[in-house]
Amino acid sequence: MQPPGGAPFEHAGSVHAVDAEAALQNARDVYARRGEAVNIWVVPTAAITASTPEDVGPFFDPGNDKPYRHPQFYSVPRGVRV
Amino acid sequence: MPDDAAAQREFEARIAAGETVEPKDWMPERYRKQLIRMMSQHAHSEIVGMLPEGNWITRAPTLRRKMGLLAKVQDEAGHGLYIYCGAETLGVSRAELIDQLLTGKAKYASIFNYPTLTWADIGAIGWFVDGAAIVNQTMLAKASYGPYARAMIRICKEENFHKRQGYEIMATLAAGTPAQKRMAQDAVDRWWWPSLMMFGPSDKDSPNSAELTRWGVKRKSNDELRQRFVNLTVAQARAIDLTLPDPALRYDEATKDWHFGPIDWAEFDRVIHGDGPLNRERLAARNEAHASGAWVREAAAAYAAKRAAESGGSAAAA
Ligand SMILES: [Fe+2]
Ligand SMILES: [Fe+2]
Repeated sequence: MQPPGGAPFEHAGSVHAVDAEAALQNARDVYARRGEAVNIWVVPTAAITASTPEDVGPFFDPGNDKPYRHPQFYSVPRGVRV
Repeated sequence: MPDDAAAQREFEARIAAGETVEPKDWMPERYRKQLIRMMSQHAHSEIVGMLPEGNWITRAPTLRRKMGLLAKVQDEAGHGLYIYCGAETLGVSRAELIDQLLTGKAKYASIFNYPTLTWADIGAIGWFVDGAAIVNQTMLAKASYGPYARAMIRICKEENFHKRQGYEIMATLAAGTPAQKRMAQDAVDRWWWPSLMMFGPSDKDSPNSAELTRWGVKRKSNDELRQRFVNLTVAQARAIDLTLPDPALRYDEATKDWHFGPIDWAEFDRVIHGDGPLNRERLAARNEAHASGAWVREAAAAYAAKRAAESGGSAAAA
């Protein structure tokens, strides 16, 4: 679902439906009764490719050993706001 | 997982560290079982909970009240669906869960086995029953199982409307004619004690509480939650001049709690084991609704199959 105001899509939940059109209507009725959404995507569960819990280490690891991707890695002269 | 004992230790360490457990994570079988039991009972309660209120939709006194009640009951259907979806992530099918409800194998909140005799009962349910549900569900929004916690967050956002529409009904009746005020007081008298029972037996008598607490599913005890509900409700009753039917109710300066009298747990046991005023009627009504909706499900499936055949593609199941 995409909330109003241009925020990115966020997963809301699951529905059961016989086809995509019914899934869209069910999703609106179940998850968007109070203006929570301006856009809805529905995707068959079987069409989702996901990482697995076992991946947590190896798959995401490269993110942790590259501190030079963070601003704190770089020093600036004392007293200067950068 | 190679070693269950090691996996279990790692699991408990994660719970202790306040991490959430997600569907594909390793979890002890017992954790899975307890959550399926708890979540499905909770979902069933949302669904059966529509019946006592649905009873008054056609008889609501004004259009404003009717719209409010209709929207509330629709929310409760949504609550049931959020939690069924969450339960399904534990590897159980929705059909199986619904079957357990319809055949009477599954439990649901015993409070919904009481009748809604007057319009004031609709007010009392919103004020007390949804009020108690808010206290309980606010705690469950921090449950260790991610899908359950997320369903609770969504539900909590909607419950305040339920409670306020109920309280407004009661405030209006209490400020009305003497007969209306009597009707409101009578509803309070009948719903107060069953509402306190909603939090479940005292922790020392609650077989599942210790385990659920150890696994971070429950973060507060039944007694703590019940006390919180009483503390919140006393002032609300006073504000609209209705009397909670408990002569033992008194304020304790030291603990800042409202002490209340003994709860009739024998009644609770009777109702939860099938002998409440309306257990049979509720199950019969659910079965009838399910059976008379069968043609809709069949027609939708036939239509989807026809469309899929026409387009040469396969039916999408989302
Ligand atoms: Fe609910
Ligand atoms: Fe509710």
